[in-house]
Amino acid sequence: MEVTITLNGKKITDSVDADMVLLDFCRKHKCFSVKRGCETGNCGLCSVLLDGKPVLSCSVPIGRASGRKVDTLEGLQEEAKKFSDFFAAQGADQCGFCNPGYIVNIVALLRENPDPTDEEILEYLSGNLCRCTGYQSQLRSLRNYLNSKKEAAPLDLEAEVYGADIGREWKHE
Amino acid sequence: MGYFNQYVRAESLEEAYGLYQKKNNFVLGGMLWLKMRKRPFGTAIDLSDLGLDQIEEDEKEFRIGAYVSLRELETNEALNTYTKGAFAESVKHIVGVQFRNVATVGGSLWGRYGFSDVMTIFRAMGAKVQLHHAGILDLDEFVKMPRKTRDILVSVIVPKKVKAVVYLSQRNQSTDFPVLTCAVAKREEGYVAAVGATPHLAENVWDKEGILTEINEESIEKFAAKVAEQIRFGSNMRAGAAYRRIVCQVLVKRALHTIVAENNGEEEKC
Repeated sequence: MEVTITLNGKKITDSVDADMVLLDFCRKHKCFSVKRGCETGNCGLCSVLLDGKPVLSCSVPIGRASGRKVDTLEGLQEEAKKFSDFFAAQGADQCGFCNPGYIVNIVALLRENPDPTDEEILEYLSGNLCRCTGYQSQLRSLRNYLNSKKEAAPLDLEAEVYGADIGREWKHE
Repeated sequence: MGYFNQYVRAESLEEAYGLYQKKNNFVLGGMLWLKMRKRPFGTAIDLSDLGLDQIEEDEKEFRIGAYVSLRELETNEALNTYTKGAFAESVKHIVGVQFRNVATVGGSLWGRYGFSDVMTIFRAMGAKVQLHHAGILDLDEFVKMPRKTRDILVSVIVPKKVKAVVYLSQRNQSTDFPVLTCAVAKREEGYVAAVGATPHLAENVWDKEGILTEINEESIEKFAAKVAEQIRFGSNMRAGAAYRRIVCQVLVKRALHTIVAENNGEEEKC
């Protein structure tokens, strides 16, 4: 079957199996940030943006994606760069396997809602599973990123992130 | 993997219907549940091009296309203003945003899944489904249709006859399948409670005796007990029947309390 997909801004026409899923197409075209974690549509590792909406690429038949725009982490570097340092500073990427899916979904969250509350963040990211961290570090780092934007503070990772936030932005009991 | 051998984007409902008559072909929904199947299919029929992903509203009803995603149900303003956020509450615990962007209303209903949150709220609201050949059916009739029926679900129609609806569910773990789902609606004909994930398909229990004509602590208690008595509960890996019966009473009571509180709030405003 012939499909044409705009993958990260590049138009790709390829002949593929009818039952290929978008995930395999992305990986075939060297977007290795898209990972197969669970194969049951639960883990969020395979998240990509389809026409700007976050979807599970493991569950999108390739025919349905044909003629549409797909963005993976490879194409979202600029947007991701803004908060990925905050992620690293909080240790939110311990093994790093869930990170690409996480970041793609956070990009979608911030496009939809530039100033989410903690509750909204947790709700939006509930479809991304992380087996290392327990989700607190992701929440803290995102909170730090949002705060740093608000106060128009210079991007000083040491001062903004390390320790300074404990008991301030995020009250952990 | 071997999900299916061919993929067809139907250009009309009639074409899709024709293709679907063959036993090994199937209509794609979100493909979230179908892909768990091991045995491969023949042809996958995609209805993406038929414009079924719209929610339309007029004075009488909401018309929700079969390809509307669960996320759209969650974020649609008209629908959630009308139900005071009950639709958002019903789907927001389902896995995650990415999942809900893929999952479709049509797929959720057509599968007639016992665990379906969506089925529960639509049943309480007295929704109808429009099938391509069988026409418009009450959801109550639709769920009794044999599973082998080869028809195409085009849209779901929610008549604007609901005065209030509250949705609640119980889960062992957030984003898991529900242990019990419950939607209580005040319709023009009276109160109705739909309880699902029992783990059987959602069922309606009507307040036929008019227990709730006068709402107070006692009548709420009585109605909750009646609902729990009439529903058939079963056990599975998530919970036992006895536990579900207790949870059911609690959820029905909470839902009724919420309806009362919302009503009172409105009266004060007036």
